[in-house]
Amino acid sequence: MLELFVYGIVLGSIIALGAIGLTLVYGILRFANFAHGDLMTAGAYVALFFVASLFPSLGVPDARLAPFSFGWRMVAAFPLAMAAVAGVAILLDKTLYRKLRQKGSSAVMLAMSALGASFIVRMVVLILWGADYRSFYPGVLRPAMELPLGVKIRPDQVLILGVAAFLVVLLHLFLHRTKMGKAMRATADNPELARVSGIRTERVITCCWATGGALAAAAGVLYGIDVQIHPGMGWNFLLPLFAAAILGGIGNVYGALIGGLVIGVLQQLSTAFLLPTYKPAVAFVGMILILLIRPQGIFGPRE
Amino acid sequence: MELGGVLAYLVSFAIMASIYAVFSLGLNIQWGYTGLFNIGIAGFFCIGAYTSALITSPMPRGIYAQYVKQLFGLNLPFPFGLLGAALVCGLVALLIGIPTLRLREDYLAIATIGIAETFRLIFNNERWLANGPRGLMGLPQPLQGLVPSEYYNYLYLAIVFSIMWVIYWAIERAIRSPWGRVLKAIREDEVSAAMSGKDVFWFKMQSLVFGSMIMGVGGALYAHYTKAISPDVFTPLYGTFIIWVMLMAGGSGNNRGAILGAFLVWGIWIGTKFLTDLLPYTMKARAPYIRFLIVGVLLEVILIYRPQGLLGEEKKVSRFIEE
Repeated sequence: MLELFVYGIVLGSIIALGAIGLTLVYGILRFANFAHGDLMTAGAYVALFFVASLFPSLGVPDARLAPFSFGWRMVAAFPLAMAAVAGVAILLDKTLYRKLRQKGSSAVMLAMSALGASFIVRMVVLILWGADYRSFYPGVLRPAMELPLGVKIRPDQVLILGVAAFLVVLLHLFLHRTKMGKAMRATADNPELARVSGIRTERVITCCWATGGALAAAAGVLYGIDVQIHPGMGWNFLLPLFAAAILGGIGNVYGALIGGLVIGVLQQLSTAFLLPTYKPAVAFVGMILILLIRPQGIFGPRE
Repeated sequence: MELGGVLAYLVSFAIMASIYAVFSLGLNIQWGYTGLFNIGIAGFFCIGAYTSALITSPMPRGIYAQYVKQLFGLNLPFPFGLLGAALVCGLVALLIGIPTLRLREDYLAIATIGIAETFRLIFNNERWLANGPRGLMGLPQPLQGLVPSEYYNYLYLAIVFSIMWVIYWAIERAIRSPWGRVLKAIREDEVSAAMSGKDVFWFKMQSLVFGSMIMGVGGALYAHYTKAISPDVFTPLYGTFIIWVMLMAGGSGNNRGAILGAFLVWGIWIGTKFLTDLLPYTMKARAPYIRFLIVGVLLEVILIYRPQGLLGEEKKVSRFIEE
């Protein structure tokens, strides 16, 4: 049970990275980005492209970083994947969502456009890489360490927690210490007021997509390091991401962090009683319970 | 291909397009007239198909019972299957509507995705319920034996087409009634609909349940056409996304548009198969993804350049109003 709890925290930190991006987009652009899970998939596959295709053909050295399961190529691919998916998210905004915003389309139309974008991203991944499960480093032994109280954990998982925590701290500093971060928070609070105060909303939106996309890519790659990647992974993450964002109160970054951890732990603990394939359904049931009991989320404003 | 082959091909095309038209009509009530964002159509598709399959097929006996497991098999006639599919889908819609219809519109969307995924997982993993991932096969067809089996599809087309027409007619009548005008009022402005004394939640619930029941009928029609169903049919792509593209292409808020869109998009979907058949052999396995990419791009183009669809909504709501 304790072991499942620890694994839940690891999974939860991955969910949290995705949910933070989702809730940022929700807060600033005010629509449900159904493509967010597939941005995670895109990140994982871009990293795969670097690690398994581009770097080997360029002859980039790849000494394994013991005790982890990966080498230097992954260290280089990680920020590149984040940058690439930030670019994909901005591109989707410029080609699709911006046009709809300019036409004054409703939030539901934007959400539908995002649903279309999610299928487009997934189809591109499927066309380029096929439908198989893939590993970044196939065949590498991944022994677990033994922690006190008999909890077995792999070094990779400890690193995932560390990287996720590092990214969250970085995001916190960005939102509170930089001008752009403050502008983002202001826009999320009140878009009209932000605009009349001279904040360039379109730049804030671009920055918001870059942040959300980069965090989603990080989540996707970390999941790939922990388990395996496949084109449907992002879709399977969609329900946990929304459950986490709703639990934390839509638009609340720190709420999404806590929500992600709670949903991750809930999903892992459920595997003690249910088949692991039911994980998305567990997140869904959790979400329905939140909607019934406290639809504004734990940290949402009172009604 | 000789003439008979072409005709048989067209008949099977028309059957599938008409089944999709039933879904598109159901979605039109929810989205086109009420503005409910249901993106879990695959869930109602799945539930409708399985419910009708379990109601109409006999319980497997003898040696089959070892290979095919199902919760029950009532061996009842086809209309009971349709009715059961509609009722169960309506019930599920009712349950999903309770927590979500009072909240913002996108909560319903997320919850319907959840219901679609959950039911697909249940049917995939619980073998006792409906034979797990292998699914159910050899489902009975209505009026089987009335015509020689090589002509059966013509008969089934007639059945599907008449059911589609009845649904079309019923929605047209309902939408032109005071009830339909309340739905449209809610879609346009919830607050003023509520201020006019309309119970917004309750009308939304009726629209959600009514539309989902029609989707259940669509699922049942599909099950008895293909005679074999398994959980992997009811994916978000085949079960939800393509139906949205159909309604948006034809024109949401227009029942003729919903039917036109179903035939058109199903035609594009089938047509792209001929295109991808021209691809080199190595790309064949990934051809379906290219086809879905085209459908996805089509939706984005519609949303940006023609959000009202081909036909658009009819503004005239009563024959008593002059143009």
